[in-house]
Amino acid sequence: MLVVGRPQDASCSGCSSRATVPSAIMLALFLCPAIRKSWARAASSLGVISPVLTRSDICVSRSSPGFASLAHQAADDALVAVMAKLGRFRGESRFTTWAYKFAVLEVSAKLGRHFWQRPAVTLEAGQWDQLPDRLGLRPDELAEHAELLAALRRAVAEDLTERQRHVFTAIVVDGVPLDALVVQLGSSRNAIYKTMFDARRKLRAALAANGYLDDDDPGCS
Amino acid sequence: MNGWPALDRFLRADPRDVGCAEAMEMLHIYVDVVAAGEPAEQRYPGIAAHLSACGPCGEDFEALLAAVRDDAG
Repeated sequence: MLVVGRPQDASCSGCSSRATVPSAIMLALFLCPAIRKSWARAASSLGVISPVLTRSDICVSRSSPGFASLAHQAADDALVAVMAKLGRFRGESRFTTWAYKFAVLEVSAKLGRHFWQRPAVTLEAGQWDQLPDRLGLRPDELAEHAELLAALRRAVAEDLTERQRHVFTAIVVDGVPLDALVVQLGSSRNAIYKTMFDARRKLRAALAANGYLDDDDPGCS
Repeated sequence: MNGWPALDRFLRADPRDVGCAEAMEMLHIYVDVVAAGEPAEQRYPGIAAHLSACGPCGEDFEALLAAVRDDAG
């Protein structure tokens, strides 16, 4: 399923020649034992809590040095983040779930920075010829939807603000991961997503107004 | 007219979508509800809408859920 800002085929030139950027899931699974051990040491020394170390044999054999380094950095930073926020835990979830969240968010942030520092995908602006593939269109469907594609491109040029156009083009047309764009623009995930959200609404409204899409979206106004 | 379903779905912006900040603020609670097998989408429709539309937040959700399930396994 196509979603906003998920890297489709992004690669990391720093990990290995053909390694796919490690997914947040793999990193998180690797990270959990690491953060549990760090946590146990730190928490025990503070006399705060004694987490149960349940499973520390997550397979990391497939991980590259870049992968492991990234995970260890994220684990260290997540531990700092969690320790700093300990007083804010309100018991709305299990403690470990709350703590792991910071590990996951650290991984995401690091993946974005890592990608932007070492992009292996081509980051040429305006790769419109790649768009049909990114949006799930088969080659044999190209001719049928050429007019719609042209209308979309026209709407991007004419109906979006400069900021919306830049963000939409980077994420959707050029395939830059949303978190990497956050780093590049010095923005936040929330702000970039909101920009994309507004851009999607505008584009759908424009295409519907011209008869290219059904005008039945409750989100359009 | 709608001959490009993937584009149509992509451009549909769910008005219930709470955005990244609120979704991430509530993520640990949402994940525990999902892990417990309870109807998280019904209880938190705005978060569910966001996680299905936002790639990075959706990945964070999947990662945290995987970690929690790994713990329980």
